Amino acid sequence: MQWEVVIGLEIHAQLATRSKIFSGASTAYGAEPNTQACAVDLGLPGVLPVLNAEAVNMAIKFGLATGCTVAPRSVFARKNYFYPDLPKGYQISQYELPVVHDGEVILELEDGGTKRVGLTRAHLEEDAGKSLHEGFEGVTGIDLNRAGTPLLEIVSEPDMRSAKEAVAYMRKVHSLVRYLGICDGNMQEGSFRCDANVSIRPKGSDKLGTRTELKNLNSFRFVERAINYEVERQIDVIESGGEVVQETRLYDSVKHETRSMRTKEEANDYRYFPDPDLLPVEITEADIERVRAELPELPDAKRLRFMEQYQLSAYDASLLTSAREVADYYESVVTASGGEGKLAANWVNGELTAALNRDGRDIGESPVTPESLGALVARIVDDTISGKIAKDVFEAMWNGEGEPDAVIEARGLKQVTDTGALEAMVDEVIAANPKQVEQYKAGKDKLLGFFVGQCMKASGGKANPAQLNELIRKKLAD
Amino acid sequence: MDTVSVHDKTVAELAAGLAAGTYSSEELTRDCLQRINGIGSELNAFVTVAEEHALTAAREADRRRARGEAGLLSGIPLAHKDIFCTNGIRTSCGSRMLDNFISPYDAHVVERMQTAGMVMLGKTNMDEFAMGSSNENSFYGPVKNPWDTTAVPGGSSGGSAAAVAARLVPAATGTDTGGSIRQPAAMCGITGLKPTYGRVSRYGMIAFASSLDQAGPMARSAEDCALLLEAMAGFDSRDSTCVNQPVPRYSETLDADLKGLKIGLPKEYFGEGLDAEVARVVDAAIEEYRKLGVEFREISLRNTHLAVPAYYVIAPAECSSNLSRFDGVRFGHRCENPRDLEDLYKRSRGEGFGAEVKRRILVGTYALSAGYYDAYYLKAQKVRRLIRDDFLAAFGEVDAILGPTSPTVAFNLGERSDDPVKMYLSDIYTIAVNLAGLPGMSVPAGFAHGRPVGLQLIGNHFDEARLLNMAHRYQQVTDWHTRAPEAFA
Repeated sequence: MQWEVVIGLEIHAQLATRSKIFSGASTAYGAEPNTQACAVDLGLPGVLPVLNAEAVNMAIKFGLATGCTVAPRSVFARKNYFYPDLPKGYQISQYELPVVHDGEVILELEDGGTKRVGLTRAHLEEDAGKSLHEGFEGVTGIDLNRAGTPLLEIVSEPDMRSAKEAVAYMRKVHSLVRYLGICDGNMQEGSFRCDANVSIRPKGSDKLGTRTELKNLNSFRFVERAINYEVERQIDVIESGGEVVQETRLYDSVKHETRSMRTKEEANDYRYFPDPDLLPVEITEADIERVRAELPELPDAKRLRFMEQYQLSAYDASLLTSAREVADYYESVVTASGGEGKLAANWVNGELTAALNRDGRDIGESPVTPESLGALVARIVDDTISGKIAKDVFEAMWNGEGEPDAVIEARGLKQVTDTGALEAMVDEVIAANPKQVEQYKAGKDKLLGFFVGQCMKASGGKANPAQLNELIRKKLAD
Repeated sequence: MDTVSVHDKTVAELAAGLAAGTYSSEELTRDCLQRINGIGSELNAFVTVAEEHALTAAREADRRRARGEAGLLSGIPLAHKDIFCTNGIRTSCGSRMLDNFISPYDAHVVERMQTAGMVMLGKTNMDEFAMGSSNENSFYGPVKNPWDTTAVPGGSSGGSAAAVAARLVPAATGTDTGGSIRQPAAMCGITGLKPTYGRVSRYGMIAFASSLDQAGPMARSAEDCALLLEAMAGFDSRDSTCVNQPVPRYSETLDADLKGLKIGLPKEYFGEGLDAEVARVVDAAIEEYRKLGVEFREISLRNTHLAVPAYYVIAPAECSSNLSRFDGVRFGHRCENPRDLEDLYKRSRGEGFGAEVKRRILVGTYALSAGYYDAYYLKAQKVRRLIRDDFLAAFGEVDAILGPTSPTVAFNLGERSDDPVKMYLSDIYTIAVNLAGLPGMSVPAGFAHGRPVGLQLIGNHFDEARLLNMAHRYQQVTDWHTRAPEAFA
């Protein structure tokens, strides 16, 4: 039997507001437990929530960037359940009327094609606190610093057909929220995390199979692995005559497996109802237009512009626009190089990316500034150094030896373009290799490369290769 | 220091006495404390008497007056219903659950009264989490009605009502979710006002049913209620449902002429279930108003019979969620030696909550459950809309509505304890007002069966000034509100 995989994702993006969604407490990460939880976050008797308008603006931004309808009226509801790190005994979320709904995300596939993933909705809600088990004997610690942190829960349609597509979608959303400046995307700190709904069905069937929900997927790698594991598990279950049970499963990244947390029968009845402490969120056309005017250029538009403006391939443009920081860095390089779009792209996607990957750094942590890299590109273009020497200069810059001109000067890497000096070098090489000269003259044209190589070696790589070619050809023709 | 006896004075009279230097705030405060701890103690009206806090505040008020910094209400004693959080002083909400709870912050209402210079004497007894109509549901025992200590004072603000009626304090705060200010005010023969929903901030008021709860003043006259509401009302950004609208000077429009005012008498408020003697008292009040030039006309609030059923879905639904925070984890009662998390929840809540609170949590949880939500909660919300529409239509024809506050006078302690539905019917005329978010008042209008009867005045949204004006003019031509229970005169 051929199986088709059906995947939908629920992404939780922590919104980058300074204060919490319903209180004035700070959202900064990493403070001492319970030092960033005010009376409202603690759920003390008598306290009331007040909506942070910035969180709503951020949700509108996301909605506009994904072609969603922004709801003129959305409603906060209470999701009721008991848990020690949920101070009020309910989470304030949106249920029937989310702030934005019915949008889409377009994925560029490796084969050059595209794929549309529908967005069912994105809604605002508050995060819970954390239960701490390590370092406590016989009790559980509760840290409520995270309680009340604003989240945007982004729910996709079950449109993805492989773990790879799911990851591509997640990356795209990750890039988008960072472009919009609404989420720092830090997956280690849990600012961007996802649950996956996974089911399988016989290829060709249009009926959805029973799904399981995978929790705790906090890296792109885990999403891919967990889904692949789960797909195999479901196929095994069905092919050995069993049935998939609708349940929530936890992904264990150490054992690399998913295991059952709770089945549908054990699931909570959340008893959603509109939160009477909060008014409906009313968003006017004017609000939407105001937010629209604040939108930055989005990845897709930027990619097309890069292709057009800098004559880049779709591949290069898509690499450069995968993150806003990379795109901004690239454009600074272009400016500093005097408008060398293509060469700048090669350097950013080539040497720079390789060096970043090698040292495990983000582009924001690059020791080479875009201005310096632009200056280096300019030196290649003006023939001060060759592209090959430039790689050495780049390494030196990476290691903190300074600006490109200083490195070139200090290491004496300036390209030799003086015809007199080059001629003397060529004469020497010709004199030292009479046998090869004879062969060349006898018609073995390929030996030109040999002479160029010898001259280059003699110059310590500093000779201008084009000039050298020209000179050697001329000399040997005499 | 000699004790002055000023307990029979109203807030307005005390303000004048303090301003004239006839007595000090400390003298007033000592007099009240002495009555609370002495003659008043048998009423069980207070959960906590904050003697030291009160005397410190009184002395401070006196110093401010000496410096010429006193406001109108400076130095006047006041009691808060124990549902308002008070920084450093226990806030029990009438429950074992919060018997050990000391709030780290003040409620908005507490802050406002403190800013006005009023001296808080203590926290008054109440039905647990404001759920009750007789004050018999308190962990601290029932409050007794000063007019007859075998009778209930009404509820849930029974402690505040009894304390004011017995002249232990000149004024107190209350909260009203379905009648909890007006019904005990009626049963204890005092004046109480439930403002428009959103007029007074709910911040720091322990929530029972968030869409219905509203704080208001309880005192001996409409004039006092006007002065207190001026201090209490106002915008507070910490309560999203609090309305940002200027607070009128209610005390300045009390004397306005009532001539030509059109008042509606809802026929549903005068039908079956209304005690005949209570009806006669209300009829007499209508006659007084006629003499003041008021025109009456019969109106119909046709969905009145649906108010109690709708209320007993909505209020429990909201309370079932509001009371989830009392889980034994961060504050409040925690059971001894919990075996595990579930045991902690079950025993802490099982031990901490009383029977009526549990009943409402169960009803509310059921009403919100998957499969029942539409049939109960949504339906009740639709009924709520109809009830509101009835009122708004009526206010197209009349300026205010008048009727009895409660169908009967105070009943005997224990009389309705075993019959929750009969107990709920005590609020049959008040509940609809909460569902519609309207302001409502109860004004003493006489006696039936030897116990006080309250007259209810209902106004359009934010029309508190008119209600206070109507009540004040009535109190100028009647003396029911000046009557004191003999034992506490």
